[in-house]
Amino acid sequence: MRFIFKTAYLQDIRLFQHRGQVFWYGLLGLALLAAPWWASEYFMSQLHFICIYSIVGFGLMMLVGFTGQISLGHAAFLAVGAYTEALLQAAGVPFVVSIACAAAFSASVGVIVGLPALRLKGIYLAISTLAFNVIIEEIATRWESLTGGSGGKHVSAVSLFGWKLESDSEFYYLCLALTVLCCLACINLLRSPTGRAFVAIRDSEISASCMGVNLAKYKTLSFALSAALTGIGGALYAHKISFISPEQFTLLASIELVTIVIIGGVGFLHGAVLGAAFIIVLPQLISIAKDYLPSAVATTGLQGVVFGLVLIGLILFEPMGLYGRWLKIRTYFELFPFYRRGMFRRQKSYMKSERLR
Amino acid sequence: MGLPYWAMILFAIASMAIVGMVAERIVLRPVLGYPAFTVVMITIGLGYVLRGVVTMVPGWGTETYALRTPFSEGILKLGDVVLAVQQLAVIGMTALLCFVLYLFFRFSRIGIAMQATSQNQLAAYYMGIPVRRVNMMIWGLSAAVAAFAGILLAPVTFVHSNMGFIGLKAFPAAVVGGFGSVPGSIVGGLIIGLVEALAGFYLPEGFKDVAAYVVVLVVLLVWPSGIFGETVRKKV
Repeated sequence: MRFIFKTAYLQDIRLFQHRGQVFWYGLLGLALLAAPWWASEYFMSQLHFICIYSIVGFGLMMLVGFTGQISLGHAAFLAVGAYTEALLQAAGVPFVVSIACAAAFSASVGVIVGLPALRLKGIYLAISTLAFNVIIEEIATRWESLTGGSGGKHVSAVSLFGWKLESDSEFYYLCLALTVLCCLACINLLRSPTGRAFVAIRDSEISASCMGVNLAKYKTLSFALSAALTGIGGALYAHKISFISPEQFTLLASIELVTIVIIGGVGFLHGAVLGAAFIIVLPQLISIAKDYLPSAVATTGLQGVVFGLVLIGLILFEPMGLYGRWLKIRTYFELFPFYRRGMFRRQKSYMKSERLR
Repeated sequence: MGLPYWAMILFAIASMAIVGMVAERIVLRPVLGYPAFTVVMITIGLGYVLRGVVTMVPGWGTETYALRTPFSEGILKLGDVVLAVQQLAVIGMTALLCFVLYLFFRFSRIGIAMQATSQNQLAAYYMGIPVRRVNMMIWGLSAAVAAFAGILLAPVTFVHSNMGFIGLKAFPAAVVGGFGSVPGSIVGGLIIGLVEALAGFYLPEGFKDVAAYVVVLVVLLVWPSGIFGETVRKKV
């Protein structure tokens, strides 16, 4: 058990709380940097996806996990980012500019989607974002002169300052760098007054507004930032898949993105990464497991069943997600004989009235 | 299986009511009182599981089936107007269902208890309403009504394991009218249906599919809890 003695206020918002964290994150960083040497080609491709989905996960975590707003329409932001990137690249805009534009354009769309959020709550907000997703998908299908319609659109490899990133490892480093940047940006934002305002809104809108948090401003900001991150993810996604079509950005994709956050653990940035890794790895595990199962069970529906069971199981038995489970296991061993079951129970009695709605 | 149509309807509705109640008992009761989003995610997960299981049942699989009904071929001529009996039957049964549901929610004790539970679980609980049992009945009822809708829809479309996505169209109908209001959902359904049909007729192709969702966005911007939904002010 490690006790951290607080001797300065700034200690609370330090990036690493103690030496151990520096060590372990350093090790993780080294392992990731060295990935092209130890990972197979196939695993590298999975790592690309994990990076991309992590970025999207950060965006969604910001909105769902920290601001407490619901979105069933994030695939639309993914689509906006992907198409912006594809079109700008085709027009010969350099990558640094085009990805910034993808983020900015997604953010501005996010502001528009965020507007109803100022008045809507809970399931009504979910439906309005769902409606928005369907509309964007339909626009992408119908505006054929711009998006190529359902025939799709090809996206070529990234070229950074005249240097074409064609091999897997080069693109991997780009994804990794952007993931780390987005992660640091999120951490930084969440320890700033803006991030604190988000958390206040999540915990109780009424008390947040009583404390002087401008609800309209911060909710819109949260939607915009979340959409911007998702837009960056979308741009990378377009390059990774190298072919985008509206079928990739359906409502089901949105639901999948939300499950990243729920499986990983709502309210932890680690959760976004864990959830992304889980969602990428699960289909592989299932296809391996299919070889050992009777043919009656090993159908195309198996993935849906496992996916749904994991989702239900996590919500029922581990609302804090995979990261919450890890925290509990760690605490159990740190405090070895003294761990109690109720230690992680949330003690927020004022939420009671809100829970009943 | 050779059952007559009416027996099949009853069987389907009853079995779905049981499935709904079982689902409530197993996965939804533990999250009673949690935010709506939790429930939504659980039902999405449940949807994944059930759809997957259906494809695993031998003989059902991923194929598409047609459902034949006693009304399938009939045509009714009223002067110059030609109507398919099929569609008249759908309209008639929907109207009947609406009337029954209206009576149920307006006059029966259980219906009123259900409304009370939807407004405020805690208060309903204090008033002596067995909230858990009522919730279970609500799930059974809603599954039964959905099964009925599925039966009405099946001859018009076809039966396949992904027909559940039509449910996403039902969301706009419920939201436009406002949750918690039976007349609201009828009006909502009418608005969605009319707008969709008119958009399909007058506007270029493609607008038909999004019309419902555009309507939802507009309605929610103007009335944040639907047209007939009651606005709730939270007191501190």
